[in-house]
Amino acid sequence: MKENDIRFIKLLILVNGAIPLALLIWDQSHNRLGANPQNFLILTTGMMTLIFLILTMAVTPLRKVTGWNWLIQFRRMLGLYAFFYGCLHFLCFFSLDRAFSVTGTLTEMLKRKYLILGSTALIVMIPLAITSTNGMIKRLGGKRWRALHRLAYVAAICGVIHYYMQVKADTRQPLVFAAVLAVLLGYRLAVYWQQRKPPAPTPAAKPKVAA
Amino acid sequence: MKDPNKISERDVTPEAVYFSRRTLIRAGVLAAGAVATGVAYRHLNPVGQGKVNTPVIQGLVKPKTTEAGNGFRVDEPETSFQDITHYNNFYEFSTDKEGVAPAAEGFDTKGWQVTVEGLVNKPKVFDLDDLLKLSPREERIYRMRCVEAWSMVIPWVGFSLSRLLNVVEPLSSAKYVAFQTLLDPRRMPGQRSDVLDWPYVEGLRMDEAMHPLAILASGIYGHELPPPDGAPIRLVVPWKYGFKGIKSIVKIKLVAEQPRTTWSADAPNEYGFYANVNPQVDHPRWSQATEQRIGEAGRRPTLMFNGYEEQVGHLYAGMDLRMNF
Repeated sequence: MKENDIRFIKLLILVNGAIPLALLIWDQSHNRLGANPQNFLILTTGMMTLIFLILTMAVTPLRKVTGWNWLIQFRRMLGLYAFFYGCLHFLCFFSLDRAFSVTGTLTEMLKRKYLILGSTALIVMIPLAITSTNGMIKRLGGKRWRALHRLAYVAAICGVIHYYMQVKADTRQPLVFAAVLAVLLGYRLAVYWQQRKPPAPTPAAKPKVAA
Repeated sequence: MKDPNKISERDVTPEAVYFSRRTLIRAGVLAAGAVATGVAYRHLNPVGQGKVNTPVIQGLVKPKTTEAGNGFRVDEPETSFQDITHYNNFYEFSTDKEGVAPAAEGFDTKGWQVTVEGLVNKPKVFDLDDLLKLSPREERIYRMRCVEAWSMVIPWVGFSLSRLLNVVEPLSSAKYVAFQTLLDPRRMPGQRSDVLDWPYVEGLRMDEAMHPLAILASGIYGHELPPPDGAPIRLVVPWKYGFKGIKSIVKIKLVAEQPRTTWSADAPNEYGFYANVNPQVDHPRWSQATEQRIGEAGRRPTLMFNGYEEQVGHLYAGMDLRMNF
């Protein structure tokens, strides 16, 4: 794919990722967030965080399955959007639910398991966002950078459980997220096991092919 | 390698035209993508939909301001009709609070009957009209506190449940009242999924049921009760969490044992039988100390017994409210 096209697709993702936020602001200013706008803002920003986390984690499997290596170019932007919506989610909770009270936020966060999980998800995304630049990738080295960015799995798992734990009885939606996440993680586990397999028992029999 | 004999469009179109055309296509793709995302977002996140339109109730008795001490009216701003009818927990229609109004649109309550039976002298199947004639319909302006930590102020139309109970003459062996919602998956689409154990059942202790604040409501804002709020008749117990206020009631049974109520059976550690509003006893997963009053910007502190302690506190004297949550 041409550099020019990549830039265009990046623009496409940038614009589309901002649309939920634009509509939230538009609806808020027109009083169209329903009866409980506070709750709607918290819920929607949380949902967007999960959606972007899932999209980010779908890049590698999709790329391997389809062979479309250019997909990797978009992963950073998707991941940064996940972090962006995660921060908005926290800010909504902090301002609308906790009325900007730092102690109120901290005590509540430590008291509730679902909030501990949610905070964990957001906190582990901080180093990932910081080290998302090309300069940081170079400085860390690919191997270390990749190891660090496996924290994205932690963020996604904590995030989905965090969502599941607040639902009263209708768990269908969080379970859909969990199922998609399970597929994406399952793919990685399968790849991992395949690569971990010891070399074939009779290596001598296999003539080495120059790579 | 390019075949020199094949001429692509690019080779014949002047570069400036080619690029402007490409720019145009890209602008189109960008716009279409943005619109598609917007439409998808709107579709997945609808709010305020569903028409609610019910007739005006004639001959309504308004509560007197001088009777404020009985708790029949609260002097706090009333929540809007739109919000009361478009933000509902009514799993029989939808588990999405914003989705109940559209799903309950056109809910047919013609020929509605309420069976009153069990430990009573005079069991009876009431036609709705006859039931509503038992007492003048009064306006009661109550706080409504949901267990999910949001609240409203609702001008109900109804009458004390005790009026009905007195008509059927409870036996002294009757210790509890059990209520049941209509079971009809054709009219209540939410019942086609097993998200709760249908039909919905709620219950009160006899002294709670006889308290004048506990009402059978059949209207709001001077209109017949809209479907999302539990048409045609529902229970309202203002000092308890909203889920105790069972909707679309078809059966009332007086019993000797504490009934097995829906939410309490679904998650016994989270929802008790009593479910009295209590800011000191948190839900295991969230705090009950404050509430989001619908239509207001900030949060309000939650009041003991939802502000009805003066009227109902004596019912629970000596009871451990932490154990009996």
